[in-house]
Amino acid sequence: MSLATPGQTIGPFFGYALPYERDNELVPPTCEGAVRLHGRVLDGHGKPIPDALVEIWQADPQGRVVQVPSSLRRDGWTFSGFGRASTDADGHYWFTTLSPASTEPDRAAFFAVAVFARGLLDRLFTRAYLPEEALDADPLLASLPADRRRTLVLTPDPHGYVFDIRLQGADETVFLRYRT
Amino acid sequence: MSTPEVEEPAASSDSAVSTQAEISAEIAQVESARQRDGATRAQPAIDYPPYRSSILRHPTKDLHHADPETIELWSPCFGHSDIGDAEADLTIQHTGEPIGERMTVTGRVTDGEGRPVTGQLVEIWQANAGGRYVHKRDQHPAPLDPNFTGVGRCLTGPDGSYFFRTIKPGPYPWRNHLNAWRPAHIHFSIFGNAFTQRLVTQMYFPGDPLFALDPIYQAITDQKARHALVATYDHTQTQPELSLGYRWDVVLTGPAATWTEEDR
Repeated sequence: MSLATPGQTIGPFFGYALPYERDNELVPPTCEGAVRLHGRVLDGHGKPIPDALVEIWQADPQGRVVQVPSSLRRDGWTFSGFGRASTDADGHYWFTTLSPASTEPDRAAFFAVAVFARGLLDRLFTRAYLPEEALDADPLLASLPADRRRTLVLTPDPHGYVFDIRLQGADETVFLRYRT
Repeated sequence: MSTPEVEEPAASSDSAVSTQAEISAEIAQVESARQRDGATRAQPAIDYPPYRSSILRHPTKDLHHADPETIELWSPCFGHSDIGDAEADLTIQHTGEPIGERMTVTGRVTDGEGRPVTGQLVEIWQANAGGRYVHKRDQHPAPLDPNFTGVGRCLTGPDGSYFFRTIKPGPYPWRNHLNAWRPAHIHFSIFGNAFTQRLVTQMYFPGDPLFALDPIYQAITDQKARHALVATYDHTQTQPELSLGYRWDVVLTGPAATWTEEDR
């Protein structure tokens, strides 16, 4: 096995390169079943991070892994399962998307999330779990104490869900290392 | 929202108060501490105070081990409908020729077993030859080049290879500490065969005198690992009377679904 290429921070200047038109609209807001997934990215003092990038990758509402292009050039009709959102001056990001279903039996459904920021030397992975699922039975969630587990579960709001990402501090989000 | 009281770190974020000598001493201290325990670390330390902006922006709790699920073992699919071929040439995006040293960079993206990462998205961004980004936050008084934006995209080929034509970026100052300069680099964003392999990193150029001084590069405390971010000069890629050639390969080791060509 070869040594992995190391990551480096995304730096302060990705904003003119990585965002693209409708990068955070996996479906248009008017689409039937569209939900908003939004939240803030916060530092160890609870201050908003205005130069973070959040990516989501998800199954469709039937739990299928989508393998069609169109993430970069949205046609408004094709659901690709991938989205990218930059935080604004208030550290806020948002997506419009469809709720995923789980890709395996007896597991809760989640959005896979990657987080990048100036000051963050390597990307972080996490999961944003839908609140209405049977969370107790999920092996990952069951392996976490209640106060940590809470950081991975979406909070419902009138248009969808809230997912705040805390890079540091007492309510620090649980970040993941995948077993090989 | 309640903000937990956190002990004020030794130096606050983004304060250009330390000297290079102080930063270099901190770099040496972290590296020797990490060498003593003998562990191999392919990835940067995310808790790395010499890079001041990292102080409040890294998790302090251990990463939680997770068995990847199916969605994480696949990657988004990108296609030629997403990207134009011309996006891989950063020298033809305007009416005139950009100023600077024309160069190409090519290499292969593979997984840990050497299998190619095919048809995946590679995005780059970089400063111009004078070390200036086309970004409102970059106030470095080097000139902008009206013929250079510094953004490119391509898809990897069947053998995992990528190719960009561009201008060699210049080093530039930043405010981590007094007289701080970044070694010249090109930012790379790469998708692998699985979401677990998602990588954002920076590619550097051989022999840069700023390597030893740079807390971002030095955050990779293993010399062999950080050398993996340095391209090699490749004369077989150099084109007569046109451009210098660099080669840089990428290895993505996260777990992935086993798939065949027919699955895609």
